[in-house]
Parts: sequence; C-alpha cells; structure tokens
Amino acid sequence: MTEIDIPELALVALVGISGSGKSTFARANFAPTQVLSSDYFRGLIADDENDQSASADAFDVLHYVAAKRLKAGRLTVVDATNLQSHARAGLVKVAREHDVLPVAVVLDVPESVAWERTQTRPDRTFGKQVLTRMHRDLRRSLGQLAREGFRKVHVLRGADEIAGATIRYEKLYNDRRELTGPFDIIGDVHGCRAELDLLLEKLGYPAEGVHPEGRTAVFVGDLVDRGPDSPGVLRRVMGMVRAGSAICVPGNHEQKLARKLNGRQVQLTHGLPETLAQLEQEPPEFVQEVRTFIEGLVSHYVLDGGKLVVAHAGLKEEYQGRASGRVRSFALYGETTGETDEYGLPVRYPWARDYRGSAAVVYGHTPTPTPEWINNTICLDTGCVFGGKLTALRWPTRELVSVAAAREYYEPARPLVVERPDTGLDLQDVTGRRHLDYGYGRTTIPAENAAAALEVMSRFALAPETLIWLPPTMAPCSTATVEGYLEHPSTAFADMRSAGVGTVVCEEKHMGSRAVVRVSREGAGDAIWTRTGRPFFDAERNAALLIRVRAAAIEAGVLDDGWMLLDTELLPWSAKAGGLIRERYAGVGAAGRAALPAALTVLDRVAARGLDVTALRERMALRAEEIAGYSAAYRAYVRPTDGLDGVTLAPFAVLAAQGVSHSDKDHGWHLDIADKLVAADPALFTPTRRMLVDLSDPESERAATDWWLELTGAGGEGMVVKPWAGLGATDTRGRLVQPGVKCRGREYLRIIYGPEYTRPEQLERLRARNLGRKRGLALREHGLGLAALDRVAEQAPLWKVHELVFAILAAESEPVDPRL
Amino acid sequence: MLLTVTTTHRPATDLGYLLVKHPDRTHSFDVPTGTAHVLYPEATEDRCTVALLLDVDPQRLGGGRKQQASPDSFTLGQFVNDRPYAASSLLASALAKVFRSALRGESKDRPSLAATPIPLEIHVPVLRCKGDPVALFEPLGWTVTARVIPLDDVPEGHPLAGDSAYVDLTLTGTLRLADALNHLYVLLPVLDDAKHYWVAPDEIDKLLRSGEGWLASHPSKELIARRYLAHRRSYMLSALERLSPDLSADGDLSGESAPAAPRDPSLAEQRRDAVLAALAASGASRVLDLGCGGGALLAGLIKDMRYTEIVGTDVSSKALDLAHKRLHLDNVPSRQAGRVTLWQSALTYRDDRLKGFDAAVLMEVIEHLDLSRLPALEASVFGHARPGTVVVTTPNAEYNVLYEGLSGMRHSDHRFEWGRSSFAAWTDRICTTYGYNAALSFVGNMDKSVGGSTQMAIFTLPRKDES
Repeated sequence: MTEIDIPELALVALVGISGSGKSTFARANFAPTQVLSSDYFRGLIADDENDQSASADAFDVLHYVAAKRLKAGRLTVVDATNLQSHARAGLVKVAREHDVLPVAVVLDVPESVAWERTQTRPDRTFGKQVLTRMHRDLRRSLGQLAREGFRKVHVLRGADEIAGATIRYEKLYNDRRELTGPFDIIGDVHGCRAELDLLLEKLGYPAEGVHPEGRTAVFVGDLVDRGPDSPGVLRRVMGMVRAGSAICVPGNHEQKLARKLNGRQVQLTHGLPETLAQLEQEPPEFVQEVRTFIEGLVSHYVLDGGKLVVAHAGLKEEYQGRASGRVRSFALYGETTGETDEYGLPVRYPWARDYRGSAAVVYGHTPTPTPEWINNTICLDTGCVFGGKLTALRWPTRELVSVAAAREYYEPARPLVVERPDTGLDLQDVTGRRHLDYGYGRTTIPAENAAAALEVMSRFALAPETLIWLPPTMAPCSTATVEGYLEHPSTAFADMRSAGVGTVVCEEKHMGSRAVVRVSREGAGDAIWTRTGRPFFDAERNAALLIRVRAAAIEAGVLDDGWMLLDTELLPWSAKAGGLIRERYAGVGAAGRAALPAALTVLDRVAARGLDVTALRERMALRAEEIAGYSAAYRAYVRPTDGLDGVTLAPFAVLAAQGVSHSDKDHGWHLDIADKLVAADPALFTPTRRMLVDLSDPESERAATDWWLELTGAGGEGMVVKPWAGLGATDTRGRLVQPGVKCRGREYLRIIYGPEYTRPEQLERLRARNLGRKRGLALREHGLGLAALDRVAEQAPLWKVHELVFAILAAESEPVDPRL
Repeated sequence: MLLTVTTTHRPATDLGYLLVKHPDRTHSFDVPTGTAHVLYPEATEDRCTVALLLDVDPQRLGGGRKQQASPDSFTLGQFVNDRPYAASSLLASALAKVFRSALRGESKDRPSLAATPIPLEIHVPVLRCKGDPVALFEPLGWTVTARVIPLDDVPEGHPLAGDSAYVDLTLTGTLRLADALNHLYVLLPVLDDAKHYWVAPDEIDKLLRSGEGWLASHPSKELIARRYLAHRRSYMLSALERLSPDLSADGDLSGESAPAAPRDPSLAEQRRDAVLAALAASGASRVLDLGCGGGALLAGLIKDMRYTEIVGTDVSSKALDLAHKRLHLDNVPSRQAGRVTLWQSALTYRDDRLKGFDAAVLMEVIEHLDLSRLPALEASVFGHARPGTVVVTTPNAEYNVLYEGLSGMRHSDHRFEWGRSSFAAWTDRICTTYGYNAALSFVGNMDKSVGGSTQMAIFTLPRKDES
C-alpha cells in the first residue's frame, strides 16, 4: 500500500489521461467539496460536461473558486487531465498567489486500461488516437513537473497502486501551534554573547539544560554579525535548541552567512567580515555545524494555538502559516518600498501599520530604542550591538525584560530613532456592511448606517485616539400600568427583577447634557465629549473645565498615575442646549401661553352674549393648564451660566482608567468616587442622589417609589434604575443585562410627549409604544462600549477600539422613536 | 390658531351676512386638522367681531407626509410643536374652508357690501413670523401693528430672555372683506414660512386665484410666491410668469430688456479655472477631486478629454447624490461610463482606492476640518494616496478685511482660515514630511498688502529619475 504525503494546506493537481481513474481516486481520498472537477465546471457553464468549447470559461471559474478556497486556507484538489504545461502553470500560479504548496499526483495507467474504461462510458465519444496523444503528453509531463514548481510529485503506477494509495497529511514546518510556551522571545543578538548570557540569566535559564519552569526561548534571528562573539552566541543558541529549551527563526544575517559558508559570492559588509574572522578561530566541525543549523531553520513559526507568530522581519496576516518563496523572503527581509533613505538604506514598507490580524507578531530586524506594540505587532530589536539593549518579551504575559549593552560594538549606519509608523485608520476598518463579534455579542452594521456615522465621525467628532468610548442609548422602563403615568418605578423594578437582578440602585437622573470626561495627572490628551463624540465648548473653555476636574480628582485622591474616564452629566441643560431650548421648547411655550388666554378671552365674551361655549372653554382652559405645566418642565433645566460659571458636572461612573476597565465594580464603588469628587470641589461637581433597593422587599420598593415621586414632583427628570453589580452585570445565563432603565417623571415627559399627553385617551394611545427596538439598541451599544473599554485596557491597536466606537455611533442611525 | 375680524361699518352685524355665519349662533366645522369654530364675541350695530378658533388635534398632525420647508426638522418636533397655538397654514386652510364664498367676494344677501371697502380690524394674537409683516401687509393698504411676544417672563441675561419668534399682529384698514381674507389666506403661511401639507402644482392656481388683483403689483411678490410654494423654484417661476405675462414673452424675468453685460467671473469660477489650469499643466490624466461636494469641479474635468479617469470623493452621501444628479451620471453614454466615479471616503482615514492617481485636488476642503484632525488628512493624502500632484486651495484670512460686513470666517463651517504665513508654514511641513515640492500662488482679486482672496498650493512629487 502506498502512502502519499500531502501538506495540510496544498493545491493538489491530479494528472492523468482520460479514464485513468482521477475522479474515482478523488472520491476515495477527499471530501466532495475539496475536489474541483473540470467536468463539473464545464457542466456549470455549458450544461454539458464534455463540451470542450466551454473549457476556457470553465477553467476560469475553477481557478477563481480554487483561489477563494486557498485564501481561506482550505486544501483543494483539481480533478482535470492537467496534461499540458500551460494548464498546470495556471494552477501553480493560483497556488503561489496564495502561498500554498502545489502538489502533483500522477495517475499512470496503461493506455489499454484507460481505453477499456472509456468505451464503457457512453458520454465519451472520442477515438483511441486521442488517448494515445494524451498518453504521450503524460510521458512528456512526468519529467517537467518539479521544474514547473510542484513541490511534491507523487506518481502512482497502475490501477492497483492507485486503488490502494492512501493520503497522509503532514503539517507545515512552520506550524507549531501545539507549543504553548510560556515563551521568552529574544530580539536581535548580533554576536553580543555577554549580554545574551545576562539576559538569559535574568530570565531564569540555567547555563546548561532546560528552564526550571519549562519556559522556551524563541530567537527572532540575526544572532550573528557586527558583535564581538558571534560563534559564542551560536554555540549557546544551538545548544539550547538541541536541549529543547529554545527554538529559533533565521535572520537575514544567518541567511547571508550560510550562503557564504556554502561558497556563494556575497558582499562582505554589515559585520559579516567580523563573523568570518571569529569563525576562523573555531574548529571546522563547528563551522560545519553552524551551516547545518542555519540551513535547518524555518523562516517563521506559528505558536501557541495560532495566537503568536515569530519571524525575523515580521509577517503579514496572509503569509502566516503559508509556505512560498515570498513568504520566506518577507520573513527574512520584510518588504521595502523600493526607495532608499538619506543613509542609502532601503525604505521599509510599514506593514505593521496595515496589520489587522488576530495573532500577535513578534519580530526584530529594525533597531528601535524602545519596543512598542503597533497593531498587535512588536519589534524587539533594541540595537544591543549598537550600544542599545537586548530585549526579551515574555509570553503570554507580554512583559518586556532587557539588559543594557556593555558598550557600542558597532556604529549604526543610521541613528536609532523611534520609527512610529502612522497608526492611522483605514477606511476599511469602519465602512461597508460589517459584522462584528465583540465578545459580548455579535452585530451587523448596515452599510448605510456606517456611511452616516462616517460623516459625523470624520467631520465633527474628536480624534479616534481620544474617543475611546461613547455612551450607549438608554431604554425607558416598560410602560407603566399605574393610572395617569406612562413611566413608573413599579415597572422599572419589575423589568430588573425579570432580568434576574436582585439589588438595584436608583440614581437621580440629571437633566443636562451627557459628557464623557477623560483626565490624567499629566493633562496630556485630556478631553470632554458629547454623546456623539463632539467637543463640548470651545477649546479654551474645555481646557479650563478639564483643569478643574483634574485638580479635584487629584485632591480627592481618586486619580492615580495615568488617566481615568468619567461618565457624567453636564448641567444645566441650557449650558449646551440653550439654542435648542429657546427655539424648540420655549418657543412652543411662549406661543401657547400667548394664544390660550386670547382664546379664553374671546370665549368669555361669546359666553357673555348668552351663547353656550362651555365645553370648548373647558378644553381651552385645560390646554392653558397643560402648557403651563409644559413650560414649568423645561424651565426647571434652564439656569443662567456665564462662561463656565454655573456649569457643573454630575459624575456617576468611572468607566475605566489606564490599563483597566471598571465594568466589574459595583455602583457603590462608582458613587463613592463621585462623592469624593463632589467633596473635593462642590462648586464644580453636583452630587447624584441615590437609593438602594432590594427587589425582594416590597417595603424597599415603596420607599423608592415615594422618593421618585418626591424627586419628580420637585421638577426632577426622574431616575435611572441600575443593577447594583455595575456596568458588567449579567443574568444567570451570563448575558449582559440593561445597564440601567430610565424612569422619567410625569411632568418631565410633557417636554417629550407634548403638553397634553397626560389626558387619559392620549395616555391610552401612548401605552402602545414599542420598546423592543430601543432595548435591543441600548444593549448592543452597551456591549460595544464595554468591549471598547476592555480593548483599551489591554492596549489593543487603535483600529480595534475605533471599530467598536464607530459601531456605537452607527447604531445611533437606526430609526427609533426619539421619544423613548 | 385664532384670528378675529372686526368691522365698524354700520350695521356691523352685516358681517354675519358676508360670512354666511349668523352672529347669534356658534358654528363648528370639522377640518382635516381639528375643529374650526366660528364665534362672535361682540355683535352690535356699531361693532361686530368674528373669531375663527381652530381647535387643533395634535394627533392628526405629524402623520402622513413630511412637512415641506418645515421648521420642525428636529425629530421630536414631529410630536411637540407650536401648531396648536400659532396661526399658520392650518388656520389659513380652515379660513378658506369655512369662509369660502366670502373669500370669493360673493354674497347672496349683501352683494354690494361685499364689493365695498369697509373699515376692518384684524387681530392674530400669535403668528410665527419670519421676516417683516409690515413689508407684506402695508403695500396692501393695511396699517400694521406687530408686537413681538417675549420668549418668557424672565430678567435680562437669563437664557430664556429676549424675543420669541412670534408676534401679536393687528391690521387696520378699509378694504373689501374678500381682499382682507385673501391677504390672510396667502400671507399667514408666507410669514410662517411653512406648509402643513404637500405642495402640489395646483398650489400655483390657488395662489394666483387668491392673489388676484394684488399679488402682481406687490413689491414682495417673489418672496410671497417662493414661500407660498414651499421654495419649489420651478413652481415659483411658473407662478411669476403667469403673474406677469408681458415679461414672460421675452423670457426675461429680471425685467431688463438689454442683454446682460459681461460680468467678471465669480471667485468660485476663478478658483475652478485656476485649479483646472494647474491640473492641465501637471499633465495628469487620472485625477481625484477630494471633497468634491456637489461636483462643481468635476463638471469642468468631465468636459476635458485629457482626463481618462475622474474620481470625486466626499464624506457626505448627500453631496454625492447631488453630484450624481447634477452630472447626469445615470445616463452617461457607455463609452464614457466608468470615466467618472463617485466614492464616499473620509480624508481622515487611509483609503487604498485613492492610491496611484496622477493628481488630486483639495479645493476649499482643508478649512472644513478641525486643525487637530488635519494631520490625519495629511497622512492619508500625502502619505498614503501619494498622487504625483496635489492642488490645495484655501481662503486667505488676511484678505477678509476687504470683505465688507464680514466678521469672523467666510463660512459657518470653516474651522480655521489661514493667513499667508500659516499656509506657507503648513506647505513647508508637508514638503518636509512627505517629500513633496510646493509652489504657492493666489486666486482672485489681489491686494498689495494682504495678498489674494484665495491661496493655492501646487504640490508635486519629484520624479523618480530626478531624485
């Protein structure tokens, strides 16, 4: 029985004459969806599998499908005669374009067997001379396959061998996903043996043998050249690899050294002469060992279940776990733009800027003063040989460990500067119809919502670096059943109870403008923004406000090093929305308060003439009362302010701080910090009144209801009922629950539903309001926001945070009843 | 929702005959927006007042078609608005319905009185009033008293202090009742500048019928026609043509019979020409108009066959829709199709589609971006897209002193306007950072001390073989 080895990801071309049993072989050894048969594609195009005139189009489509499969990393088998080199060239091209290995499996049966089979098939009408020609082509092909680029060629001779053959899948050399570390990934050593020893010691590696905690060192290459002891470095690394306590990928310097050792012509530059001189002092067996070692190195590794990729010069996502000349070349040299810089060195293409992959890519190659994560990639070459330091990244903890170079061993061709590639965002990060799996759920953003959000985001919002979170919309409580009310605490509590929440906090709902505030001790990057990500006032006033917030936060002792993100309401409403209030709300009030008395005067005079207008007068009098209530409602949120005088912030949550999301803290914790801020600067901060409610205790609920009646009776907007557990509160099945439901006061709602909404017939109609869409939206935006905070905390690349914040803004384009 | 008409013509109660509504009874009519009541608060030989009180049912508003040119663009305005209180097209429609024959000047019982001017006083307690009511009513023979209604009863300096958008309007004069009612019917919605219903072509007939005898000679007839017809230009032109058939004969609406003198090109035209010239000089054939807006520059590019590929981008899909329409991209001949493309793109994001073009234009674009976001634009245009030539125009802030009456910036959306040195410093920075060369110039009128009105920079990438 013959076993044939095929890489797990390959393009397999079956080669054989008509009747050689290709389709039977494919059926026996591969899944039907893995096999692309030319007959089948001819049928798709021409309704006739044997219509040779459709061949060109059929192969076009076959190549297209093969490309899609290979792009997705799926083994693909092409069932066609593949007897002519131009046909095979098309397949090799598709395989190379996707950096997978082309493999040929030749089915070689005697012409007579094939002819016998052909004759039994009624759809095959060609003559024996066709088979003869095919057979001739096959003979000619056999010698060519390897030259044409097929990395493996298996020839199965005779019907028996074909029938008995089995496939054995082999992993690619670069696939070491089974290794889970923990790892210590070490940057470019360049012959700095002393620093390497120091670093390894610091990392806990013994001089001989394996790490006591089972750690594995991973070298990113460029062990040699420039430095004082390249053979020493090689000796230590080779020893560690042999002992199983290290793995290593080659750098361009090893590559060049190996070429030299193999007797090839190479330029003796960039520190290679030093290495060669040092190797002169070594016994030839060692040099031979070095040569073998380098030749055995695999250009990149995929490690830790696919979460980590190590390559000397980095590796873009579509090359990871693939094998081709250009993958190897990228891993060794990176990509260059073709230009050269002022020092005559090639300008490198900033592939990390475009990197959107989920695997972290750790590499070296480009000396940089300090390693920085860029889009989930990090360069560890900290220029040890140039007098910098030798750096290791501990995985999965992502700590950096380094030792300083004892001295400058080699003068750099260009000064070491922070090459901070533009981490700018790509339009593709946000536009078009997008599916997001954000950890708390999944959502699809329709293209038109993204288009609408794009305009707001790019024309009016703060820079994405600053805008790390947007407040989610909030759903009102279920519609009340209590007579005279549209919203009432009883349904708010019922909502939370049915979501499985036991304890809630009722927080006074401030009627102002939602404001998100980011402050830090240093003040750099501080900002305050609105619900839609816009700056609040002019730059000067914003800065003045932020300085006061910062000062208070420091005094209150709630601001550690780094920054904190506060969720607040900016009061009074008129400070930001003055124009809107004048134009919309106060205008309606003024018109009503002028018109209704005039109408009542007319009606009184009509009545005085003895005509009966009682019913009409009553209606107008009721309207006058209602417009007075409406006017009182908006007036309650209007206060004179002058510049920042009279402007206050009511903080109610600390969303996050540097390196941490606070979604796991309960509201007691949040409000405690809010209280400390109020205590530190009572003129700037407004306290948030609150009441804790045990939802299993009717007495507790009754007290909160009374409290709400009192609050709203005095002109308050209402309250927000939140699960005590905090922003990340989940139900028993682990799903997020609404972070809060609002329960707005009876009088306040006149502003929203109109002055006369409290009439029984109107209330009846309004009770039919549909909350489903609003709730869905609120929960989705909440989840997206929490995910954004998580990603900020784990220092995810900017695009990963921005896509979520953008999604929140896009969700706001959903048509929802604005009164909810 | 209330207006009263008073006469002192004796016997004043004849007003009831003219309106066909008995003064000693109350009258109610169902109208599409609620109930219209006709009531007489006084009815004596000396003085008679009729009141039209429209009891608006808010539930009947808002549904149906979107209001045209409505001030209620604020979404909540659909549900909470001034329509139940202020006189508007709702009241005008009710007026036309309940006083139909009086509006036509017909009266079975008092035909000669209907044709006679009588002393009248009209009171509209609350009218949303955009513009000057005196200018509209005075030419018609009215004495106008318009008292502005304060927004609220608060002291000076309070956010709610000051005027509301409403006036308490009183008109006195001696006019035919029919004329008076027609004036109200047309001018109430005009002053309000809103219609509660969809304006169809038959509105033109209604306007001309109600305006018979007075609209043609009204000094503000264009304003009246425009607002009454909900700002639909074609309707307005048709109405004005029918109002003045003499003028329409030679097709000259401006009233001038001599051919128009050649005028100087506007700044916008000069700018467009300067940009087109710069592009032509660059030798580009594949060009980008970044921030193309409604497509003014694209139209010029399309006419020039040297441009084989023209792409307009804008962040606003509305602007792109407008450009699509204006450039008639739906019916481009197939040979031309594909030569012009419109894409939504945002200059603060990198966009791979914009790579590889010969030239790009940023005409009056950069000043619409906050200064803090400008580096993102620079990176995406000069760093990522990297066209061989980039033409940038932006206002010269120093020139603003020469615009009479201009305080602040030239456009409400401008985030900054630069003087010459700021613009020069910016171009220097671009050149250093992104390896471009730049040439600066001006477009428009030149002034010795402050420079030209518009500043232009032409950035070019040095050709590979020269470097």
